[in-house]
Amino acid sequence: MKHLLSTSDLSREDAIRILDTAEQMAATQEREIRKLPTLRGKTVVNLFFEDSTRTRISFEAAAKRLSADVINFSAKGSSVSKGESLKDTALTLQAMGADAVVIRHWASGAAERLAESGWMHGAVLNAGDGTHQHPTQALLDAYTMRKHLIGAEAGPGAHFKTATGNDLAGLTIGLVGDVLHSRVARSNVALLTTLGAKVVLVSPPTLVPVGIETWPVDVVHGLDVALERYDLDAIMMLRVQRERMSGGGNAFFPSPAEYTRLFGLDGDRMRRLPEHAIIMHPGPMNRGLEITAEAADSPRSVIVEQVSNGVAVRMASLYLLLAGEEGGE
Amino acid sequence: MSPSITKSSENNTSEPQSFVIENVSLFGHTDSHLVVEDGDITLVRGSDTELSAEEIPEHAVRIDGSGLIALPGLVDIHTHLREPGREDAETIESGSRSAAAGGFTAIFAMANTTPTADTAGVVEQVWSRGKEVGLVDVHPVGAVTVGLGGEQLSEMGAMAMSKARVRVFSDDGKCVHDPVVMRRALEYVKTFDGVVAQHAQDPRLTEGSQMHEGVVSAELGLTGWPAVAEESIIARDVLLAKHVGSRVHICHVSTAGSVKILRWAKEEGIDVTAEVMPHHLLLTDESVRGYDPRFKVNPPLRTQQDVEAVRAGLADGTIDIVATDHAPHPDEDKDCEWGSAAMGMIGLETALGIVQKTMVDTGLMTWADVAFRMSHLPARIGRVEETQGLALNQGEPANITLVDPKATYTVDPAATSSRSNNSPFGGVELPGRAVATFLRGKPTYLDARFEGIFA
Repeated sequence: MKHLLSTSDLSREDAIRILDTAEQMAATQEREIRKLPTLRGKTVVNLFFEDSTRTRISFEAAAKRLSADVINFSAKGSSVSKGESLKDTALTLQAMGADAVVIRHWASGAAERLAESGWMHGAVLNAGDGTHQHPTQALLDAYTMRKHLIGAEAGPGAHFKTATGNDLAGLTIGLVGDVLHSRVARSNVALLTTLGAKVVLVSPPTLVPVGIETWPVDVVHGLDVALERYDLDAIMMLRVQRERMSGGGNAFFPSPAEYTRLFGLDGDRMRRLPEHAIIMHPGPMNRGLEITAEAADSPRSVIVEQVSNGVAVRMASLYLLLAGEEGGE
Repeated sequence: MSPSITKSSENNTSEPQSFVIENVSLFGHTDSHLVVEDGDITLVRGSDTELSAEEIPEHAVRIDGSGLIALPGLVDIHTHLREPGREDAETIESGSRSAAAGGFTAIFAMANTTPTADTAGVVEQVWSRGKEVGLVDVHPVGAVTVGLGGEQLSEMGAMAMSKARVRVFSDDGKCVHDPVVMRRALEYVKTFDGVVAQHAQDPRLTEGSQMHEGVVSAELGLTGWPAVAEESIIARDVLLAKHVGSRVHICHVSTAGSVKILRWAKEEGIDVTAEVMPHHLLLTDESVRGYDPRFKVNPPLRTQQDVEAVRAGLADGTIDIVATDHAPHPDEDKDCEWGSAAMGMIGLETALGIVQKTMVDTGLMTWADVAFRMSHLPARIGRVEETQGLALNQGEPANITLVDPKATYTVDPAATSSRSNNSPFGGVELPGRAVATFLRGKPTYLDARFEGIFA
């Protein structure tokens, strides 16, 4: 693996290898000394053209726990906001000897462009490009699902197999909300499908992309319909962006209240999920809009755990990109 | 030696002189000899016998035309020459050179310059600079509205009556989207037999759009440019043209739905003409995978089904002509992430090869059709039919393009006369190209094989 740009580039074996490595990484985080020497001497640059403190911190923690040197380069207060191009930024990073660049960019395709343009030679790790992909988010989601729904913790019936080495075959996952503008949704659809899960998109028709008919998913318009029709093993509530609700002809649905009425996850709807089902959200949540506090804070919610799994998955990704087979365990 | 003679010998190749083209195929079907003297075609006859000594003018240059096809000089009704304002991307001189290399003898320069070509002063500047360069006839297009703002009609009458004799008006790059403004413009240009060339793009339906809206945009997460944004404007404008009895020209038709609407409009007898770009005849939105901004263009690359529909439309005449939408951009506007990149691609030098590849070699069109749709009709639509797009007949001005239909080559974007190299066709193999272009008897482009013959 030279870069991690899109979950659609990952084979089933690639994906399982990342998840298994993440398991090992997570295990090391139980130890008294959590820092591993694996990436000592390597430089990882967090190149953020878009604000995302959560994702940046997660990558920073992952790199630091592997002993890499971390440079944070954010658009705000840097030459980037003064009109420096992605190309010049990349040439600068190349000159400074970045071994890996973790890039978050507002433009779809920016990570691929950075990787393929020849502007720099280091590994590129896509931390979200426009409305295209956010592969480590999907990987941490899959990791979380596998841990709860496939592994030993999955409850009666699942004990015969462990999570390690397995895919997500047999699971049905609901993704609820804005698919059109969601890199989380795109990454998850590709990865979950590769791992053998069935994906159900639950979305207002205005927030489903034209051209979705070729996606290997079911699409339903209304959370009640989805709960009636499918036994969901996991339900992932996508964040609704404020700008999708602004008035005039730009709103994608009539009002926040109407969205909540048709697509919000509250206690009642939560209780209609199968008993083992988990509740997920990539964060940050709009409590009261796509999810109520009752659902978000319930024992079924694994939202906080997703965050810690994120560090393990990002450690695994950096490790596989930078240490490769040579440092294999 | 007097200064004037020195000058004339230095510019030898730019002076009209006599030449003969022997054994050339007129429009790909009649083997002929052509004789050119003082800028005019003075003899055209079958090549069953050699030219006699009397038929060959004194000191005439002799060109072996065997294997070549002679077409009337090509006319491109849609180019962006960027001058005045963006001379870093293209100038009237470099654009003219690129046009001549592509086989063109006349081009129309769109109005979206800085300042906008919305006054007689600007269009006269473009026109006179084109004349000074002298490689192709440069006809400025006038803006429909002041500053392409879409609100106030520009002084089209003044541009029409200026030395530039403007007949084509367009806000190209932007759509004349207000239906009342469009209606008035359509009515008003009747004063001087003008035409409004519409850039059909509903602005509200295409806010922030990055590529064709469909399967590929859904996957790539790029904001879609739906076909309906083009089709709805075309439908409206043909109805408006019918209502007020005006003619309208539709720029860069790119969708199957547009072809259907145009076909219906023509059946209704509506006075509409339309153009298609070479890139819409060849490329699809699949090229956008990889996010290489060289494939970013407006209107965007569509689907294979659309490509087939515009080819069929061009073949049956629903789409009247091919135009290039030659849109030069400097490297820095393309060597970046997709979302920041400029829209547009150069195309003057590859147009003929692409038309041959997609239309002639596929049997959809003959070379005579190429002459009709790339020379005669565009000249007529632009109202320059008295000087351009003429048949290769005795007594006509010698605007001639020689095509080698077997000069297969692989496109190298850097090998262009344009000041920019934003071609999406790098690495594409094209079956043929123009090898010589003559404007009123003057060679304006000569392939290496003819090097030195006019010295």
